[in-house]
Amino acid sequence: MKYILMMNTMRAGEGIPNWPKQDLQAHIGFMMSLNKELRESGELVLAEGLSFPDQAKLVRAGKDGAPITDGVFPEGKEFLAGFWIVDVKTPERAYAIAARASAAPGPGGTPLYMPLEVRPVPSGPPPEML
Amino acid sequence: MTTGSGEITSERLLRELAPQVLGAIIRRFHDFAAAEDAVQEALMAAVQQWPREGVPENPRAWLIQVASRRMTDYIRSEMARRRRETATAGEMDQLAAPVDVAAEIEQDDTLVLLFMCCHPALTSSSAIALTLRAVGGLTTAEIAKAFLVPEATMAQRISRAKQSIKASGVPFRFPTDQERTQQLRAVLHVLYLIFNEGYLASAGTQLQRLDLSEEAIRLARAMHKLLPDDGEVAGLLALMLLTDARRAARTGPGEELIPLSKQERTLWDQKKISEGVALLTATLPKGSIGAYQLQAAIAAVHDEAARAEDTDWPQILALYDLLKHMSGNPMVVLNHAIATAMVRGPSAGLELLDALDKDGRLAGHHRLHAVRAHLLEMAGDYPEAIAQYRIAAGQTTSLPERNYLLTEAARLSDSITRP
Repeated sequence: MKYILMMNTMRAGEGIPNWPKQDLQAHIGFMMSLNKELRESGELVLAEGLSFPDQAKLVRAGKDGAPITDGVFPEGKEFLAGFWIVDVKTPERAYAIAARASAAPGPGGTPLYMPLEVRPVPSGPPPEML
Repeated sequence: MTTGSGEITSERLLRELAPQVLGAIIRRFHDFAAAEDAVQEALMAAVQQWPREGVPENPRAWLIQVASRRMTDYIRSEMARRRRETATAGEMDQLAAPVDVAAEIEQDDTLVLLFMCCHPALTSSSAIALTLRAVGGLTTAEIAKAFLVPEATMAQRISRAKQSIKASGVPFRFPTDQERTQQLRAVLHVLYLIFNEGYLASAGTQLQRLDLSEEAIRLARAMHKLLPDDGEVAGLLALMLLTDARRAARTGPGEELIPLSKQERTLWDQKKISEGVALLTATLPKGSIGAYQLQAAIAAVHDEAARAEDTDWPQILALYDLLKHMSGNPMVVLNHAIATAMVRGPSAGLELLDALDKDGRLAGHHRLHAVRAHLLEMAGDYPEAIAQYRIAAGQTTSLPERNYLLTEAARLSDSITRP
């Protein structure tokens, strides 16, 4: 079964984290080795880190169908920082991977305990409709 | 009959034969789109059958035979479809024509196919996909994986590309002298893009990607063999080899990017470097110098320095001077500014960046900020350098590069606050 693991971390209006080099490198290294591990175990379908929220635009269609873009976000809302799609045997395995990512090291090496939303991605074949 | 390592050999053989077989089928049936599908099917049949039954005595003839049969089936079903509407006599003749493999002229169609697939009428992403399939002999699945898109998306991209070729009426023939210069430039550009895609993406997802850089080098080699006197073809091949030579040193153990100045140079591939330098040495005196030859020459100067501090920057600056006059490409102007800073000091380089600001073509481009950050650091203006590194990090579309730029900003920031 496929699951999407959505990592929410950054707050609206926040840009690039301003961490000491050692902590930044530890965080990057952690994410890279997690991805490598998932790739090697054959569970990784896709992993993407997103640009910082200050690059985000909220888009809606106007009455004429033309896009209306809005770059200002309400204060305090959490934002998607990145996501994984994994193909795993059990939901428990998806939760375990999410927990690993959640505890990625932050400033001073302390785990960040970021919230991850885990949801199944329906991707099975359609049933025989007789 | 071959087994084991024969699998690799037969795969290589298939790749080499693909454009020749396709050329033969197009010449017989005059339908590029259908012929390309038929050859793809023949290649897949070979992949399944050859390891089991052995490579046939004349593999090229075998492939032409199988692809011709597919074409005949296709025309037959098309005729049946149309007969329900109106019957056409011409197609009957085409179908009746005997398939005489032995009489097939031994002719290399690689170049003609490259000119077709890289036609300026196509978008570069279409041209890349079509070139890899029709000339490179890769399967749609392999190409899709290399570009990290679903197979259906890639199949659609290829079929659209073929439709555009049909619509634009590009003929299957060698271009005239007038067309040739422009089309050759388009082909070289597509090969350059394929190489870059493989080279720049080498960090991170390396394991699951087909080696696009190797594929681009293979195609450039084939082109150089067919056009040995063309300086720019040789220049592009040399540029690829001289750049690819540094691959092993480009990323660290954690897949992080390592800039040229900090690379472990003993990891550079000396065989590729000498091959690239030899290509340049052979073609440079032959006549007018092109942009690929100049870029290759710059890469060669870097490659020939045993340590970063041994780099002959005055020579690199002279080469960028020439390149700047030739192309006016803002990226070249940017690199010219770096070389200037290395020779005449950071403030001379920063002045050139100000000119680029006014030019506007690189506005908001992360590279401009990254280079400014680097030169500001050289000049000792750390706070401003940190700010520029961070702007660049927020704007780059490459995750490994973002990580690199953030780390550079953090390193400088540490040196101020935690000396």
